[in-house]
Amino acid sequence: MTLKLPIYFDNHATTPMDPRVLEEMLPYFTEKFGNAASNSHSFGWEAKDAVEQSREKVAALIGAEAKNIVWTSGATEATNLAIKGAAESYRAKGDHIITQATEHKATLDTCRHLEKQGFKVTVLPVDGEGRVNPDDVKAAITDRTLLVSVMLANNEVGTIQPVSEIGHICRERGVLFHCDAVQGAGKIPFDVNEACVDLASLSAHKIYGPKGVGALYVRRDKPRVVLTAQMDGGGHEQKMRSGTLNVPGIVGFGKACELCRAEMAGEAVRLAAMRDYMESVFLKEIEFAHVNGCRAHRLPGNLNISFPYVEGESIMISMKDVAVSSGSACTSASLQPSYVLKAMGLPDELAHTSIRFGLGRFNTMEEAEYVAKLAVEKIAALRELSPLYEMAKEGIDLSKIQWNPVDD
Amino acid sequence: MPAYSDKVIDHTENPRNVGTLDKNDPSVGTGLVGAPACGDVMRLQLKISDDGVIEDARFKTFGCGSAIASSSLVTEWVKGKSVDDALKISNKAIAEELALPPVKLHCSVLAEDAIKAAVEDFRKKQAARRAKEKAKEETAAERQGDK
Repeated sequence: MTLKLPIYFDNHATTPMDPRVLEEMLPYFTEKFGNAASNSHSFGWEAKDAVEQSREKVAALIGAEAKNIVWTSGATEATNLAIKGAAESYRAKGDHIITQATEHKATLDTCRHLEKQGFKVTVLPVDGEGRVNPDDVKAAITDRTLLVSVMLANNEVGTIQPVSEIGHICRERGVLFHCDAVQGAGKIPFDVNEACVDLASLSAHKIYGPKGVGALYVRRDKPRVVLTAQMDGGGHEQKMRSGTLNVPGIVGFGKACELCRAEMAGEAVRLAAMRDYMESVFLKEIEFAHVNGCRAHRLPGNLNISFPYVEGESIMISMKDVAVSSGSACTSASLQPSYVLKAMGLPDELAHTSIRFGLGRFNTMEEAEYVAKLAVEKIAALRELSPLYEMAKEGIDLSKIQWNPVDD
Repeated sequence: MPAYSDKVIDHTENPRNVGTLDKNDPSVGTGLVGAPACGDVMRLQLKISDDGVIEDARFKTFGCGSAIASSSLVTEWVKGKSVDDALKISNKAIAEELALPPVKLHCSVLAEDAIKAAVEDFRKKQAARRAKEKAKEETAAERQGDK
């Protein structure tokens, strides 16, 4: 088999749609185009049936009941609805929200927004591997706490959080628990009942489904969670999310969940084998290489690794036929290195040298071998170009040098 | 990562004048600018003749594509120039030549700073050498006076 370039190793950003998902969706663009809210004719009934079947499939992936799934435009909307909707709805009960430092911006910025409106937000630290300590959650809960929000797995380093322990603590203390399950659901086992999750954000395009569709799991009994809608309109989705349903997207999301549920176990083993292969090559061949994250609790397709003395963007340019991402400032609009790596205590100079390899369903071991070999070669070449590497090899302690950053 | 011009890509893929000159050579000026924590460090070294012409230039850069390209370009530009002309190279000219996107302008600033730092280092060395020579001459003259 010949290798096809470019190679896509950025499956945490988005995934290609599974052809089986596309096939399932296609009729819903043309002949089955009905509005799922049209209850007076067969076009509407057909669409509604498809939507309800998908609801079953999405719910089944996370051990939930179908009636507890609310469709959204994606996970950012789901997270906004969960956090703002709960904050507004339970304001009388409390004004305190607990989250943690490596959450997605959809969570952190939503909490910041609420902070401006008078809510109090506690952002818990993580350890060097990116994990939250459940005891910290326990200690942070007060009588005024209404919600805890902790992700299932991190998008940069793949660290899996102890959500079940945190969920049980929240349940015991009568605090709602929201889990951003975007990166983890469909990749690792996740059961909202086992983990005592009350609200969970999901996205289709991270699991080989279409972009523009997501869902929020909302527990409707024990406890019954009531959210304040963030969008006013026709009162769709049990009045929690108005707007005509994206029927083809929802159908695709359902199919994507069905496939993940059936294939997750085998896929996880395959991806982990590819990832472990790459990791072992890097650790063996590239001096000072440093794995970021938690090797014991990590998404199977994730490898986030720093190659000291070589800046991340230069690595990406030198492997331009390989799509990966970096925690380097030079790759972000903010010109700040990754806040996730920073929260884990990684110094900026190591964050600048990090590369995230995100393996997915359509990657092959052949690709992993090709990319590993290429990266080893290119990093060696870039180190020949690196004054820092030369200095380090000469035994100069880089931390003792008086550097002169450019102010701009 | 922004979409780069062909020139940036070319310099990144085929950097010119990579290497190390002897930093203890009195005719070599070394400029080390930037900081690892900011994601870019440039080291530019210039070998300067007695009549103030840049005979050789070498660089090593830790940084993004624009940083590598800016320093690589600068080594091409300064070679054969007098020190005074090299100091006239502005970050604006570098940014224009490479068509750097706005977020990458600081890379060209760094390259300009690297030239200045290298020249300053060279001039310091020369001044030190002159001072030493002067001291030597004086001692020699004193000795001669003693005779």
